[in-house]
Amino acid sequence: MPDNKTAMKLAHLTGAKGIWAVCLLALLLVGCDKGPSSGGAGGGGGDVIKVGEYASLTGKEATFGISSHEGTLLAVEELNAAGGVLGKQIKLMTEDTQSKPGEPATVVNKLISRDGAVAILGEVASSRSLEAAPICQQNKIPMISPSSTNPKVTETGDYIFRVCFIDPFQGTVMANFASHTLKAKKVAIFTDAKSDYSKGLAKFFKDKFTANGGTISSELDYNGGDKDFKAQLTTIRASSPDAVFVPGYYTDVALICIQAKQLGLDVPLLGGDGWESEKLTEIGKEAVEGNYFSTHYHPDVGSDMSKKFLASYQKRFNGKLPDALAANGYDSMMLLADAIKRAGGTDATKLRDAIAATKDLTLVTGSITINAKRDADKSAVILQIKDGGYKFLQSIQP
Amino acid sequence: MTDLLQQLINGLALGAIYALLALGYTMVYGVLRFINFAHGDVFMLGAFAGYYLAGPVSKVIPAESYLGGIVVLALAMGICALLGVIIELIAYRPLRSRPRLTVLITAIGVSLFIEYTCQHEKVFGASPRKFPDLIPNTTWDIGGVVVGSAQVIVLVTTVLLLIGLTLIVQRTKIGTAMRAVSFNPQAAALMGVNVNHIISFTFGLGSALAAAGGILFAMNYSSIDPLMGVQTGLKAFVAAVLGGIGNLPGAALGGLLLGVIETFAGGMKGISNYRDAIAFGILILILMFRPSGLLGKQQTEKV
Repeated sequence: MPDNKTAMKLAHLTGAKGIWAVCLLALLLVGCDKGPSSGGAGGGGGDVIKVGEYASLTGKEATFGISSHEGTLLAVEELNAAGGVLGKQIKLMTEDTQSKPGEPATVVNKLISRDGAVAILGEVASSRSLEAAPICQQNKIPMISPSSTNPKVTETGDYIFRVCFIDPFQGTVMANFASHTLKAKKVAIFTDAKSDYSKGLAKFFKDKFTANGGTISSELDYNGGDKDFKAQLTTIRASSPDAVFVPGYYTDVALICIQAKQLGLDVPLLGGDGWESEKLTEIGKEAVEGNYFSTHYHPDVGSDMSKKFLASYQKRFNGKLPDALAANGYDSMMLLADAIKRAGGTDATKLRDAIAATKDLTLVTGSITINAKRDADKSAVILQIKDGGYKFLQSIQP
Repeated sequence: MTDLLQQLINGLALGAIYALLALGYTMVYGVLRFINFAHGDVFMLGAFAGYYLAGPVSKVIPAESYLGGIVVLALAMGICALLGVIIELIAYRPLRSRPRLTVLITAIGVSLFIEYTCQHEKVFGASPRKFPDLIPNTTWDIGGVVVGSAQVIVLVTTVLLLIGLTLIVQRTKIGTAMRAVSFNPQAAALMGVNVNHIISFTFGLGSALAAAGGILFAMNYSSIDPLMGVQTGLKAFVAAVLGGIGNLPGAALGGLLLGVIETFAGGMKGISNYRDAIAFGILILILMFRPSGLLGKQQTEKV
């Protein structure tokens, strides 16, 4: 199994299986707070703050997980280079969820009970955050999701937070964009029936768009991971909409765009932050050109902090342009660091209260206030796909 | 009306691919009486073979030409035929005398082995890739019904391969031997038929058809990934059962029917996300009311 990096490192350090077992036994005797670093790397438990991260580093939504992880990693490196938080270095422990249901529960349990994480960062996909959130809540370990926008995620309990806006806001933004900027009267909605994120976004879009006086010409579903969308798209085409709202993830959306073009469905397609990945343009090529989506961040919306982030991210990751997920990943770690400072330590209750009290904290994606529902109040941006890249169109305040 | 026709074309293009795959299931069932669950993965490997061959072939024959497409298709079919033979040799042949259940479970193991090996980042990696355009990408608009060149190619290729297969099975010596083995392996062996050769040949033939299906699928739907064969493979299995497993024309008919039914369900408001459920619902109904499949009763030859 290529995924379990900590275990691999430990196995490397100790060499044989027998020692591994002894280590585990020692761990049980010593208690959780020592963690696997008792093998020697990283020093004793007292000098570091252990932060757990779970992300989809491989699989269907791999580019999300990788971007988000890179942002978080950059934040950790910057914090540690500047002397750490409260004089302690941050130790980031990352686990891969493989973009699969079931994995988040396993790896988050491991991060909390075996590795002794004081806080958990992740995930991007709402379905997977929803799986891990109850575990964090039960163990009273604060969890901060960088980019899960489904409202249900933070409704799990008072230890669950996020640094992004939520779907009602995102859905409303796109509905207003469709009716006011695109002047669309009839819009079709094409939802991923397997994804909580997609269903939530579709619902809020529909509510706002019909309230704006528009009509929904047809509503169809697909299952994430399908390859053939022509059947549904033919029905959508028959309802002759002015635009199609596709709140899905990039791999499916790229194919939907291609097959819509093939069927001669030449109307703009709209979506949410699930679209943002270089894979969308890589697979979709000219078929995705001209379509619109809402997201959290664009390098062109320049605050000083976001310019600094752009420069250091590109320096760290070989000139790769940071996307919204990288920015959110970075912000999730920075918000946590800020809360740890204010809490004066990593005591779970104090840390939770400190996160909840975050107000007007200036981060890369803008000024963040954690509201009573433990979501972040902040602005959204609308981008258009142009020449294989993203063009910034407008920024919308909450 | 145009939408109905459009859906019919969409459905036939999808069904043709199921048909190609279903033939592989049905042929292997014919000679060995077990379901080769790794067949869907050979389909995936065929698509990936096409992906990797497209570059080198385009250096000799310009990309996006029909000739180039045929060359890539033929090469990938050859590679997968070889793979099919190797899979049978390594995984199934040593179990020939064991209970059929053992072989069946081994087939599932082979399938998982291929899927997870291919998902490793050193092999293909798990993320989907764009399949290169093998043939000129044109669409024709016939009174509102849009037909793409890929769809036409899928249908034409499937029909040609079906004719080829029928000729092999009915008119050649090896085809006669295949039918003999499917009828009674012991008797066939006594008549001087080399049963091992025939079984290898059957696997090769089925795998070549799966490879063709994989490339046609990738051409039609633009993206490939290591798990693309799972769902498609299962549907093709349903198609084979629908037509009557062990029956060649049945597999083709089952594939086309399933593709069309699934497409019409997918285009229906309210049930569009149940298209897979409908496909598997058909399997249950068939097993309940007509276990031998649509053409199962009047079957006169098995392969």
